[in-house]
Amino acid sequence: MNRRMGTRLVWAVLAGSAADLAGLGLIAAAAWLITRAAEQPPLAALSVAIVATRAFATGKGVFRYAERLTGHDVALRAQAGTRERLYQALIPPQRPRHGGADLLSRMVDDTEAVQDLLVRCMLPAAAAAMAGLAAVVIGLTILPVAALVLVAGLVLAGVALPVGTAAAARRWSARIAPARAALAGRVADLVHGAADLAAYGADDAALDRALAADESLAALERRQARVHAAALAGGILVQGLTVAAVVLLAQGAGAGSVGTAVLALTSLVAFEPVLPLAAAGERMAGITAALRRLREVGSAAPAVGEPAEPAPRPRGPLTVEIDDLVVRHAAREAFPAGDPATSAGPEGPGEPVDGGRPALDGVSLRLTPGRRVAVVGPSGAGKSTLLAALMRLVEPESGTVTVNGTDIRELSGDDVRTLMTGLTQDPYIFRAALRDNLRLAGPEANDEELWRAVRDARLDTWVERTGWDTELGEDGRTVSGGQLQRLALARALLYDPPVLLLDEPAEALDEETADRLMADLLDVTRDRTTLLVTHRLKGLETVDEIVVLDEGRVAQRGRHEELVSAPGYYRDLWESEVLTRR
Amino acid sequence: MHKDLLRLMRAERSVRRHLAVTMAAAVLAGLLVLVQAELLAGVLSGRFAAAALAALAAVVCVRALLAWTQGVFAGRTATGVKSALRHRLLARLRELGPERLAAHRSGELVTLAGRGLDGLDAYLTGYLPAIAVAAVVPVAVLVRLFAADLASAVIVLVTLPLIPVFGALVGMTTKAVTERQYLALSRLGGHFLDVVRGLPTLRAFGRARYQAGVIQQVADAHRSATMRTLRVAFLSSLVLELCASLSLALVAVPIGLRLLGGSLDLTTALLVLLLAPEAYLPLRAMGTRFHASMEGVAAADAAFAVLDRSAADQDEPVRRPAAVPAGTPAPAPAGAPEIRLEGVTVRYPGRDAAALDDVSLTIGPRERVALVGESGGGKSTLLHLVLGFVQPSEGRVLIDGTDLRDLDPASWRARLAFVAQRPHLFATTVAGNIRLGAPSASLEEVRRAADAAYAGFVAGLPRGFDTVVGEGGAGFSAGQRQRIALARAFCRPEASVLLLDEPTARLDGRSEAAVVAATGDLARGRTAVIVAHRPAMIDLADRVVRLHEGRVVSDTTRPATTADRVETGPPGGSPGGAGPVGAPARDETAGHARSGRQVADGKEGGR
Repeated sequence: MNRRMGTRLVWAVLAGSAADLAGLGLIAAAAWLITRAAEQPPLAALSVAIVATRAFATGKGVFRYAERLTGHDVALRAQAGTRERLYQALIPPQRPRHGGADLLSRMVDDTEAVQDLLVRCMLPAAAAAMAGLAAVVIGLTILPVAALVLVAGLVLAGVALPVGTAAAARRWSARIAPARAALAGRVADLVHGAADLAAYGADDAALDRALAADESLAALERRQARVHAAALAGGILVQGLTVAAVVLLAQGAGAGSVGTAVLALTSLVAFEPVLPLAAAGERMAGITAALRRLREVGSAAPAVGEPAEPAPRPRGPLTVEIDDLVVRHAAREAFPAGDPATSAGPEGPGEPVDGGRPALDGVSLRLTPGRRVAVVGPSGAGKSTLLAALMRLVEPESGTVTVNGTDIRELSGDDVRTLMTGLTQDPYIFRAALRDNLRLAGPEANDEELWRAVRDARLDTWVERTGWDTELGEDGRTVSGGQLQRLALARALLYDPPVLLLDEPAEALDEETADRLMADLLDVTRDRTTLLVTHRLKGLETVDEIVVLDEGRVAQRGRHEELVSAPGYYRDLWESEVLTRR
Repeated sequence: MHKDLLRLMRAERSVRRHLAVTMAAAVLAGLLVLVQAELLAGVLSGRFAAAALAALAAVVCVRALLAWTQGVFAGRTATGVKSALRHRLLARLRELGPERLAAHRSGELVTLAGRGLDGLDAYLTGYLPAIAVAAVVPVAVLVRLFAADLASAVIVLVTLPLIPVFGALVGMTTKAVTERQYLALSRLGGHFLDVVRGLPTLRAFGRARYQAGVIQQVADAHRSATMRTLRVAFLSSLVLELCASLSLALVAVPIGLRLLGGSLDLTTALLVLLLAPEAYLPLRAMGTRFHASMEGVAAADAAFAVLDRSAADQDEPVRRPAAVPAGTPAPAPAGAPEIRLEGVTVRYPGRDAAALDDVSLTIGPRERVALVGESGGGKSTLLHLVLGFVQPSEGRVLIDGTDLRDLDPASWRARLAFVAQRPHLFATTVAGNIRLGAPSASLEEVRRAADAAYAGFVAGLPRGFDTVVGEGGAGFSAGQRQRIALARAFCRPEASVLLLDEPTARLDGRSEAAVVAATGDLARGRTAVIVAHRPAMIDLADRVVRLHEGRVVSDTTRPATTADRVETGPPGGSPGGAGPVGAPARDETAGHARSGRQVADGKEGGR
């Protein structure tokens, strides 16, 4: 945290403290005013107290307003800083994490914990401490013994209780989280497995199981509510008994009615900012867990290493040579809810289980300028891993990828990705104008170049209809699957990398759209150095080489005519495609 | 107050009781503050002896006890309401049935029935008790103040309504501003998630680092926009805070002056000073609680929307499985049945084109029919029709001559073995997944079913059949999931109909061979309808029916020799025609005329 943030934080704490102090001063001044007035002094003796009462009353509201504004400002700045650090940590290629898209949303939600920590925990705690201190000082001037009792009460309510609730919340969330996950799993079973359940007449049993999961979660939540209830009761008890003790001591010591009243009311009000800290303690369990998760993201090692002194980027027409490449994905947790020892067998390439078999197992390939190579194979055969290795998103175990003779490990990752990139898996449409969504692949591009990319991707009529400035993405205009892939293709064409990579461009499209897209794509990539990963074979008779991957190895390679005439995966797939084609 | 929620709480007896206790404890604790103020004022003014402190301590103890009671019973109320709501939601989901459920955004439903309802906690445990306190305590305070000191009571009586009035006024004026900025705020707020989600795309085009600067700019813009909104929004609390504290000053200063004049005694003065803030506090607390409970109200709205909407659209073509037709449903006849579709049309609400358009088709007992055609052609709808998930809008489905609508759905489905396109693996053991349709099956039977489905890999798992399946089947490949689902079908040996939706996902070679072989075994001796994509799967069938845009466009009986392979021709060689299978095409009326065609069992014994 830099110094200016520190200053802002101090202002927020000061404003909060001032608000709490004004509340304290209001009641102390009023108590003094009333008890002193009962002794019927001259009016002049009361004038200061009268002014003070009114000033404190106004100040309380104004300072509270200032506190809320400065506090939120600081919190938003702190959150922005946390988000920036998180983003910087995510820029280098990441190892795959368990959880996918949900994980990203959670990470982004986690950054809000910083805001919670400041606004709901730290600032109120600091202000409460200042107010408590002021009350103790007032107490000391009147009766030191009473002040000691007050200190004890405040520490009990403001430190011991929150620490206790924080510990209890941590313990309970550890017990409740699995119950919550179990319920979510049962509900997911009911929703996603509805067809299987209905067909097998098992829906009653599944509903009963979900309700049983709900009941056990409810039982835990009922018990957790007792912690909250006990903290509430404890706070009231400490406040009331402290005030009673203070009054008892003051009367015993003969502090006089003015002193006793001021002491009693000051003590009573001093607890007001302190009591909510127990609830803040309950929040802390969630906040610290979120902050810990963010720290883990920040400290995770990137998926690939960067050279200390990157070699210069190769120029001119590029020849890419892949030699005996072996890539093994790090084992991921297979059964998040259970014992990791129960992970399933080594089958299912590309599935989350897999520490054993390499995703790519000795693949060699040569891509000379102007040549087009298609990679086909069943899902999980290692096709996307091959592209990821070329884009330097995964670290190979052995073997090399060279570009004009330079090992890509000697180049910076960003340089590698300017040489070899294109239409990647799951292209993303940003919540931005159509023009900006395309221009991210060519910030300097002029309108003519944009139009050319769009025309080449056969997206021009759609763009004309939609308009360059139309907002896309979530909340914006919806983009169909075919348009999305064409937009991604237009991006790739605009970027115009020396080696164009295309990862399953027809993925998730219906047959007709997929056929049209593939035909256009094969047309526009003519004479470009291209590596195309696909599971659709129509039109592949025009590419220079087809590589069939199976379980990470090259099973077959050759041109379309050769592969169709030999038995094997390619011919099977071809027949199936012909059969299901209209 | 949320009307639907209130109705729900009234309907649940235990919830009603718990809520009553919660509110009573909250109100009693609020009233005890009056007693506490009375005692404290008496002690401080010297009217009560110091012994009254013991009474004060006792009152404090009772208040603590009441707070505890309130907390505990609020927890019970919250869990009770959530359970009741969840119960209704889940029961409704089941009533909806798989077909209509698919029309909902399933992820949202799962979140709503799970975590989403937790948003109700703040509403139930905070806002509702606060309403009760706000309704009772300020009135009680006023009554006591009137009895003690008329002038102060009038000041409080006049200023008290200012809190809701100002609250509403400021709320109304700020609402316009807040709403105007809301869109901009939510846009800016979503920017970070948007960029993080798109990071792989940015990385691919070397724009990831550049975006870091943009994130900062947007965060700055977001912060200043938020602060502009907050400056206005916090005005309401400023006004309320000022109202309350200035009223206190307004009460305290005249009291001091009247004490000076001797027209008021100290006890009353202290009592007024102690009580006055207690009149304002409940109203302000209610306001704060209200804002905190908005999320819960939204969750309740969403839940009741599902409950109500589902109740509203109970029309065709999907019928509630629970709604058994009037009269005694005929028990489903045993043995491999004939399935006959007579002029069946299926329309889904909100879609113009019919999913199935006047389809007539007869599938003989023990006949194996492969349904082919591109996606969206009506293949899955046809399967769901036979399953009873979908009702025909026109025409009827006959099982051995009996209308499917007249059959008891449960006993009909008991005869089916179904493998979905993407079978769901349930969060239980592998054995539990396999015995889904036969809960009483022994482990030995489960083992046999797994072997028959070529799911031998299960025995090789460290915990074998007791391995717990991760969320959404995590841990198993597509082929493994498919084979566990096939084992499910094998675990129902008495089933006489096989309905199978072949996955389009390309399985790896070994998985595919195993799935095909298992399907072949399973289809033997049963009436089988198989949605097929791969040649090997189509090879299993006696007859290939091609669907296109909801109509049967070709119906081909395969020759008895099934070993023939399809020719390898150029794509699109026979558009819309018979396909490469070789036998002549028949139109749908021809298909209809084939009723009663019998296929000898075991013809494909070589497979």
